[in-house]
Amino acid sequence: MAELTLVQAINLGLEQEMRADERVVLLGEDVGLNGGVFRVTEGLQEKFGEDRVVDTPLAESGVMGSAIGLAIAGMRPIPEIQFEGFLGPAYDQLVNHGGRYRTRSRGAVTVPLTVRVPVGGGIHAPELHSDSPEAIYAHHPGIKVVMPSNPYDAKGLLISAIRDPDPVIYFEPKRIYRAFREEVPEDVYTVPIGQARVVETGNDLTIVTWGATVYQALEAMDKLPDHLSVELIDLRSIYPYDLDTIVESVNKTGRCVIVHEAPRTCGFGAEIATAIQEHCFLRLEAPVQRVTGFDTIMPYYKLELDYLPETPRIVDAVMACTAY
Amino acid sequence: MPTKVAYQAKINYIQILNEQGKLDEKLSRGGLKDNDVIRLYEMMSLCRHYDEIAFKLQRSGRMGTYPQNKGQEAIGAVALAAQPDDWLVPCYRENTALFLHGLPMEHILLHWMGDERGNQIPDGVNVTPISIPIGTHMLHAAGIAWAQKLQGNDTAVFTFFGDGATSEGDFHEAMNFATVLKVPAVFICQNNKWAISTPGSKQSAAETFAQKGLAYGAHTIQIDGNDIFAVYKAAKDARAKALKDGKPTLIETLTYRLGDHTTADDARRYRDNAEVEEWLDRDPLIRTRKYLESKGLWDDAKQEAFDEDAKAKVSQIVKNAEGIAKPTTNDIFDYTYETLPEDLKRQRDTMKTHSLGINPQQETLRSPTGAASRV
Repeated sequence: MAELTLVQAINLGLEQEMRADERVVLLGEDVGLNGGVFRVTEGLQEKFGEDRVVDTPLAESGVMGSAIGLAIAGMRPIPEIQFEGFLGPAYDQLVNHGGRYRTRSRGAVTVPLTVRVPVGGGIHAPELHSDSPEAIYAHHPGIKVVMPSNPYDAKGLLISAIRDPDPVIYFEPKRIYRAFREEVPEDVYTVPIGQARVVETGNDLTIVTWGATVYQALEAMDKLPDHLSVELIDLRSIYPYDLDTIVESVNKTGRCVIVHEAPRTCGFGAEIATAIQEHCFLRLEAPVQRVTGFDTIMPYYKLELDYLPETPRIVDAVMACTAY
Repeated sequence: MPTKVAYQAKINYIQILNEQGKLDEKLSRGGLKDNDVIRLYEMMSLCRHYDEIAFKLQRSGRMGTYPQNKGQEAIGAVALAAQPDDWLVPCYRENTALFLHGLPMEHILLHWMGDERGNQIPDGVNVTPISIPIGTHMLHAAGIAWAQKLQGNDTAVFTFFGDGATSEGDFHEAMNFATVLKVPAVFICQNNKWAISTPGSKQSAAETFAQKGLAYGAHTIQIDGNDIFAVYKAAKDARAKALKDGKPTLIETLTYRLGDHTTADDARRYRDNAEVEEWLDRDPLIRTRKYLESKGLWDDAKQEAFDEDAKAKVSQIVKNAEGIAKPTTNDIFDYTYETLPEDLKRQRDTMKTHSLGINPQQETLRSPTGAASRV
């Protein structure tokens, strides 16, 4: 079994699905010859040709809208939007058409689409290269939203997304693109959409997070007093999300801290906190805590680590929650 | 250094059947045959009836907002230029083309009656649902055409939009993608002079809408859009070119919206009656009938019999549309995804209980006697 980075795992998943299904095509800005700005699609144009790995004009709405057309006509397009900050121009196409065609046509017209988007901060990037808009898309019916946090899940979730009959946004946490390697099976496998992963089991408190902040949470857990037993849940799928795993965990621990990079107000943590009070009310020992980005514009990179939910803030929240 | 011309272009305009019903024999060669003209004339006339009845249905509260197609029926000639497997990606003023391409006529009424089943395109009919937001669907046409190319199909895609839509960014992205990727798409701008209350002069400073295609390296042509021969020829030529060299065409049809934008609009607020009167003389139905009469293919008796028959047909279509059972509330949920996520199932199932879809967890807050304390 090869040890791969997140980038390599995605690349492998793309290659295997392209080999297995000739309807799968990649399109986007610089995805072909250049292999994408993060080199996620490196080598794929050489392997599959210019018809299946397509450098498009520089227009996100065009990428998304033409991908929707490809999907309507029976292809399995995988558009790449170069950075999450550039989803804005494609938003209308994705939300108002990609997510609505099935409903609008009562199932006659469907849009199997996997939208790949690097997401999140922490890489010293310019403006609009570091945001976390997952909750915006989770809010829109008809679309699924996933965000893997490790190479194994990256490949498995990608294959699920490509085979899914509905539009899926596949957010790639760019901060951990090459942060570490992990064993990734050569065999084709899937990680089901909508299933969380319990990273660490524990009894005293539950941390729920996803994407790159899984590692901030793990770091925080290392800094906690030894007697504290913390359960860490990596959500993996933002919509649909694994309510049962969260409820089961919080009913056991009675305490929960939610961590995400996105701004606090209407962040996906708000949805989870609401669900917890609905399902675990009588078991809660403390108010649910959120450690999130602030309700501000994501700062330029000199201040990005002050904005992101870094380890000390998570430790604080866990201690406050357990002391409540 | 002397200035050189880097690029020069012109926009051709064609009219084949003039307002008096006289045909340009040379330009019409290889075009519509007599039986095509009769077929088109009959569909155009049927749709005129359909429009009138739809208007009355709205006024009498039996249907929601409806955009009349009146005056723009000649666009149906595109369907005759299309092959059965070609795709039509419409806006909402192309009824004649959609019906001729196989869309059952009650579908459009159902759509405007607030029923998504109007968009449930039957298998084998390559038409996308009519598109309400302006100017976004041409990108889907570009993508569908791209798929035809990748799949090695010998099919083309025709997409329709108005003059106002050319101001939308997606129009430009669609033209650009289609031409750069060399896909078999045909872009048809129905320039009906008005985008609700905004005239063409406030939409664009360009002399023609067709010339916008030049910037993308597309073939371009402007035609008399009330002339079925010109519409047919332009569409047929564009189809052939798109399939031959992968070079899309932008066709600008000069036509006129004889009715209001929709039943919710009153065009008298913003346009002169004199202008409408002028265009009434250019009505595509009048000139097509004149042509047929000049060839001895149509007369008053035929018209009378046709109108009787058309009224009965439309009345049956209305019956079909109104006769369909109301959709169930499950339908709100069941088409959101192919497989419903658990939470959506919960929402769907509780919607049918006394909780009426409020948060299912609140069910447990109710007293055993059922006296709900809604929060």
